[in-house]
Amino acid sequence: MSLYQDVIIAGFGGQGVLLIGNLLAYAGMNQGLNVTYIPVYGAEMRGGTANCTVVLSEEEIGSPVIHRPLSTIIMNRPSLDKFQSRLVDGGVQIVNTSLVDMDLAEQGRIRSVPVAAGEISDKLGDTRMANMVALGAYIQATGVLPLQAVIDSLVNVISASYKHMIPKNAAAIEAGAKAAQ
Amino acid sequence: MASGDKLFLKGNEAIARGALAAGCQCFFGYPITPQNDIPEYLSKALPDRGGAFVQAESEVAAANMLLGATACGVRAMTSSSSPGISLKQEAISYMAGSELPAIIVNMNRGGPGLGDIGPSQGDYFQSTRGGGHGDYRLLVLAPATCQEAYDLTRESFDLAFQYRNPVMILGDAILGQMKEPVLTAPDRPADPAEARDWSLDGAVGRGPRLLKSLFLQDGALADQNRMLQAKYEAMRAEVRWECFETEDAELVVCAYGTIARIAKSAIRKLRKKGLKVGLFRPITLYPFPSEALAKLVKPGRKFLTVEQNLGQMVEDVRLSLCGLATSEFFSIYPGNLPVPDDFDEPIARALGL
Repeated sequence: MSLYQDVIIAGFGGQGVLLIGNLLAYAGMNQGLNVTYIPVYGAEMRGGTANCTVVLSEEEIGSPVIHRPLSTIIMNRPSLDKFQSRLVDGGVQIVNTSLVDMDLAEQGRIRSVPVAAGEISDKLGDTRMANMVALGAYIQATGVLPLQAVIDSLVNVISASYKHMIPKNAAAIEAGAKAAQ
Repeated sequence: MASGDKLFLKGNEAIARGALAAGCQCFFGYPITPQNDIPEYLSKALPDRGGAFVQAESEVAAANMLLGATACGVRAMTSSSSPGISLKQEAISYMAGSELPAIIVNMNRGGPGLGDIGPSQGDYFQSTRGGGHGDYRLLVLAPATCQEAYDLTRESFDLAFQYRNPVMILGDAILGQMKEPVLTAPDRPADPAEARDWSLDGAVGRGPRLLKSLFLQDGALADQNRMLQAKYEAMRAEVRWECFETEDAELVVCAYGTIARIAKSAIRKLRKKGLKVGLFRPITLYPFPSEALAKLVKPGRKFLTVEQNLGQMVEDVRLSLCGLATSEFFSIYPGNLPVPDDFDEPIARALGL
């Protein structure tokens, strides 16, 4: 069976869900995989949940739009409400327990992996890196790509003027991975 | 930008970069979602290269600026989305009538009217039947991936000048907004002599020229139409399509653009379950790959056309099958986001399961 993974990353606008979607896709591309990335755009971006879908595959990718994903990264409560029931049986969801009550996360039908992304990123000194912590946890829980490939791809998504933030973001990804061990 | 770079691009940006690689010098447009990334990219890139970017006061103005630039033999384009393309139809008809090699990009969104900003294939008829008034055709290219969006746009300028005919790139909101790796190709700038024999470049050392679509003299318009029809016939040489798993297929799904790639996901899944399903994907919508499709007719083989509209390409599919076979039709309504699961039931039904 050749490698195939799809993920919906969801949260509210400003949490950086599109940024980590791009980062995951770049990491896949840099590893030689076929990748697609599609954001939900338009009216939905100004208010409710922001989300994007990333597909990583050794085979040619058909649909970039996935209704029932194999995995999700859930950054806030509305995203859990929207996507948990859509996750396939046996799927993996990363739950940001800083904003989502873990009691609401299903266990059994799916595998829910808690990560206190907010608290962990606070401890690292910047609450805005909760997205990177969640992505680190996701990489650890799914093993879809080497963690280093994701860290090495930070340069693709962080603009040159914020280059000095790369080591901090790398630390956040590693901390997330550690939390999900 | 060096050729052979692997970039991670939105479909819209792939189109803009493909146009630059083809030596596009001018862009005229007016903003509309979901294609704004095209003018956004070109508004910086074109002036940097000594070209011109104009955000016009309206779609009508932009399309007529395109007419003016192409009459001068310049590689030029416009892009818009469905309601904006409707506004451009008058100029498109004039450009077809005056044989001008313009590139028109339509990132199809939902209609009719203002519709929505989501994906749709509701402009198939408008794209392939002319769209404006009179008997004319555009060469219509329908990419399904960001790579194809780049490659076909890069090539479209050559086709436009070769046939002296407007070429349309027909995508949709999904293709415009999704990102995929794109391998860039070497720049392929215009042949400086490509418009030498007809462009309005100043009558120095030669007689004056006239580019027009008005023919009032006895027989002149008939002659013009005869010549145009012969050209559209000659454009059949450009027909392109993709066959996927059709060899042993009991059912061939016919779909184009984004819907075709989503259908491919469904077909792969159903193949794993042992269902013999294949895909026929027209890449040129005009000329339509009729002969290639007719060759797929076999005793017992069924056809199913899936479009994100209420049934448009299915008419060309049925005409191509010439009564030797017919095609079922399944509609994904504009306004809904298509997903692979949508295809399971109609495919099963068409297979008689």
